[in-house]
Amino acid sequence: MNLGARDIGHQWQRFVATGLGLGLLFTIVLAMGGIYRGMVEDALVLVDTMGADLWIVQRGTRGPFAERSVIPESLEVRATAVPGVASSRAFTTFTIQPVHRGRVLRLSLVGLSWPDDRGGSLALEAGRAIRAPHEEIVVDRTLGVALGETIALGDGSYRVVGIARGLVSSGGDALGFVTQRDADAIQRYLPPEALRVARASGMATAPAGVSAVLVRLRPGASVAAAKAHIARWDDVSVFTTDEQKSFLLEGVVDKSRRQIGLFRALLAIVSGIVVSLVIFNMTVAKSREIALLKLMGARLRLLVGMILQQSVALSLLAYAVALVLSRVAFPLFPRRVVVGPEELAASLALSLAIALFASIAAIRRALRIPATTILAG
Amino acid sequence: MHAIEANGLWKTYGSGETEVVALRDVSLSVSRGEVSALLGPSGSGKSTLLTALGLLQMPDRGSIRIAGADVVVDGRLRVDAAELRRARIGFVFQKANLIPFLNALDNVLVAFEINGVRGAVARRRATDLLAYLGLEDRGHHMPEALSGGQQQRVAIARALAMEPALVLADEPTAALDSHRSRDVMGLFRHVAHERGTAVIVVTHDHRALDAFDSVHEMEDGVLRAAEQPHAGAAA
Repeated sequence: MNLGARDIGHQWQRFVATGLGLGLLFTIVLAMGGIYRGMVEDALVLVDTMGADLWIVQRGTRGPFAERSVIPESLEVRATAVPGVASSRAFTTFTIQPVHRGRVLRLSLVGLSWPDDRGGSLALEAGRAIRAPHEEIVVDRTLGVALGETIALGDGSYRVVGIARGLVSSGGDALGFVTQRDADAIQRYLPPEALRVARASGMATAPAGVSAVLVRLRPGASVAAAKAHIARWDDVSVFTTDEQKSFLLEGVVDKSRRQIGLFRALLAIVSGIVVSLVIFNMTVAKSREIALLKLMGARLRLLVGMILQQSVALSLLAYAVALVLSRVAFPLFPRRVVVGPEELAASLALSLAIALFASIAAIRRALRIPATTILAG
Repeated sequence: MHAIEANGLWKTYGSGETEVVALRDVSLSVSRGEVSALLGPSGSGKSTLLTALGLLQMPDRGSIRIAGADVVVDGRLRVDAAELRRARIGFVFQKANLIPFLNALDNVLVAFEINGVRGAVARRRATDLLAYLGLEDRGHHMPEALSGGQQQRVAIARALAMEPALVLADEPTAALDSHRSRDVMGLFRHVAHERGTAVIVVTHDHRALDAFDSVHEMEDGVLRAAEQPHAGAAA
């Protein structure tokens, strides 16, 4: 006979209501983990999409994802002469906020080395890659601009020819892909009056160049050897893709990770306290029944089992509610929330740990209830 | 054969000026099949004696034998009290104290569960017990759907589940009207005589004393045999 289950069944409405409330709390715990995982994936997606082995960046910098990096576009040609290099291409990325249909968009623009790179490797869900050398753009669906629409960027009008999926920057902004020439033009664009003022005052406009040069090696070529070769150049720094990823995670994501981790820990503690209070109150409400069972000679494991079963059941119910809510609500979040099998398993383990922790006070209370309580009338 | 023998029980609460002697050299023996009443005013030591006999509270001095086994010797427990209570002692209280989230049948089954008896055997024995106590059609009723008398019958069924040598009943009829009170006392007699169980009942109810085989009275911690109003009527 499962006394814990019978007790729950007797007051299932209260139990379910508590489980739903706790499920909301668990949903936030799950969301925190998912938001962090989403930030990591978002941060790395562009690096992965570019598919480079080495990143050549401005000397003394850690590259365009960590800080401003400008190098001459001619490095693209120089890099191809390095032993083991199969190809190289310029890479430019910067964030702009164009106005479209009265709405301010945030767009992280990436330059493609057209005609060698037309964005064919991008994960498109509609449309096509870039065909024309100018004024075509592929954007991520989160930008909210439809295929065939045009966006004013710099002094050009760019037609959306492809819609990609899952391509956002480390800041969560939609990525947009144009040719390198267009990216350069957009970056350097100044309104005519501003340009006139800048020229009259002798101020420099945006410097010519690209953010980085991406190098892809031949199959079997040594990454370390090619990197060592380029590292001897005085005007640039060179990093592997893994190093670029670690710069991204250390620089952009790390503080958020720590903040989210702390918030998540606090939520887990709050959840533990809530479960603990609920289970404790359920145990106090059963003081007479527990005293009766003790008086009848019930073994401690029966009493402990009853409390643990209820605690675990409540946590599992809350976990199930969180799972369902996460499926429904997370896709509506403005930023990607990635909840994978590992996250689900970790959350389940956390739920069970909370259940065990939450049972301690109730079990201590149950053990202290004297059997003679039942004789008190 | 005595189901329970208590010899020279002493119990003192507090010390110095606040010292209260609850049991003074109390000796009591109840045979199998005997129904014994324990009378006395509030504070006379009845409950202390009951908790000592039920191994819920140890006397300071004295010994207790249950079903021929020494369980308390010179105030020291010699056995696992919980294990002995599980298997050899049944309790009935003023209130039925049924577990509110179990139906009548499960309230009886829980006694079997505690003793590790499960499945069809436990269910059949619990059903038989309820039928024996006239509750064959009430097994699936929740406690709140039963009358006070029916609840007390379920409590008695629970106390008898493991066929104990001894049933300790603490004012089991206090919450019942005279008709139901007589009914429950009759039930104790029936169970004791038919099953050979010794029953000790703490009661204030002098109306039902003719249902007992022996009557003891306590006053200031001293136990003495009392004369039954209708001695022999119950025999």
